[in-house]
Amino acid sequence: MAVVRLRAPLSELAGGRRELELEGATVGEVLRALEREHPAVAGWILDERGQIREHINVFVNREYGREETAVGPDDRLHVLPAISGG
Amino acid sequence: MTELLVGTKKGLFALRGEPGGTFDIAARAFAGEPVEFAMRDPRTGRYYASVTSAFYGPKIFVTDDPAGEWEQADGATLPEGGDVALKRIWTIVPGEEDGLLYAGGDPGVLFESRDAGRSWELNMPFWEQPTRPDWNPGAGGMCLHSIATWPGDPSRLAMAISAVGVWLSDDAGRTWRHGNQGLVPRYIPEEEREADTITLCVHNLHRHPTSPERLFMQFHGGVYRSDDAGETWIDIGTDTGLPSDFGFPMVVDPDDPDNAYVIPLTADLDRVTPDGRVRVYETRDAGASWAARGDGLPGEDAYLTILRQAFGRSGAGSNMELYFGATSGDVFGSGDAGGTWFTAAKHLPPVYSVRVA
Repeated sequence: MAVVRLRAPLSELAGGRRELELEGATVGEVLRALEREHPAVAGWILDERGQIREHINVFVNREYGREETAVGPDDRLHVLPAISGG
Repeated sequence: MTELLVGTKKGLFALRGEPGGTFDIAARAFAGEPVEFAMRDPRTGRYYASVTSAFYGPKIFVTDDPAGEWEQADGATLPEGGDVALKRIWTIVPGEEDGLLYAGGDPGVLFESRDAGRSWELNMPFWEQPTRPDWNPGAGGMCLHSIATWPGDPSRLAMAISAVGVWLSDDAGRTWRHGNQGLVPRYIPEEEREADTITLCVHNLHRHPTSPERLFMQFHGGVYRSDDAGETWIDIGTDTGLPSDFGFPMVVDPDDPDNAYVIPLTADLDRVTPDGRVRVYETRDAGASWAARGDGLPGEDAYLTILRQAFGRSGAGSNMELYFGATSGDVFGSGDAGGTWFTAAKHLPPVYSVRVA
């Protein structure tokens, strides 16, 4: 299973867990698995369209990932807010 | 003691004080996050806030104590798997049944809650309006910003969207129809106005609570009144004493159906207070004339922007309290229905909304 690393406030919504092991063949599937396991996360990373919100970045290992990016069992996903704002 | 809920670009501020004095910051919530709107339901005392995180999207939160924990409400989302996402919640309004609330958002969507705001459902008849593919957003998005209930009658609703006009329902939101007759969209070429009956940029809409057939509207260039519950509209912004008929905020006096307030801005391409003076304008004759109420407000070199939801009131009549905030971070108040004004707070983040708790 892939390892997903979260920061606050997402980690708080995931029961205080900063690291989780989740099933899924793509980034989108892994994030949906995260929502099923921790429903409070629903709507925070993926929007209603199933798209990663505009100002959130998901990295698969060290590469920028999108919803359809393939994920292997040994991969690590980092979910980070983008460096943006004003 | 008056409590103000001030939604800002960087969080919600609960301010407490007495009219005429400086208000203290009693609580700050959602630090760093844009709080588009916050209100307290007078029926329950519960607080509601709409927060649009740049990272995590729009959410509605609920609490009984603004200084305590806020709980995220469920269901304020669009149908999953579609091609549209909710962008923002613009307003939250108590309904006319116990536990009933409404929320309006972008893209032109209405939500209903029947459990005092813990969970919300999309109003599907409005979501499925057949003309929706032809709707266009205003500069601030396709915002459903005004929801006017009919006191004592939950079946009758009016609401307004920028830029999709006025919508009326007589069956609690199961069916909807336009209420746009008389509105003149000067931003559309004259020869095309009759053909385009949808692109109507309403900026604000309020129903009078004791004479509910009367509504006031701030339009995108125009101020209007309706005496037939929003079916038709009468121009009350032309040659009636306003320095400009462009603006966003609006308040009505619950004691007097002829009494309303607006805060004009210079024009759509120059959204600041006219002539460098901050003035609220009041009508006491249903819009036949307007008079400036600026005693105590900045009178020179003051080019402020007051946004749509940044004007609130409590009470009624000559003792009505009025409060408005600007994107400058200033909040101004009046304890005598606009007769005199004071500065309630300074140096806040840009103010998005002001409501008296």
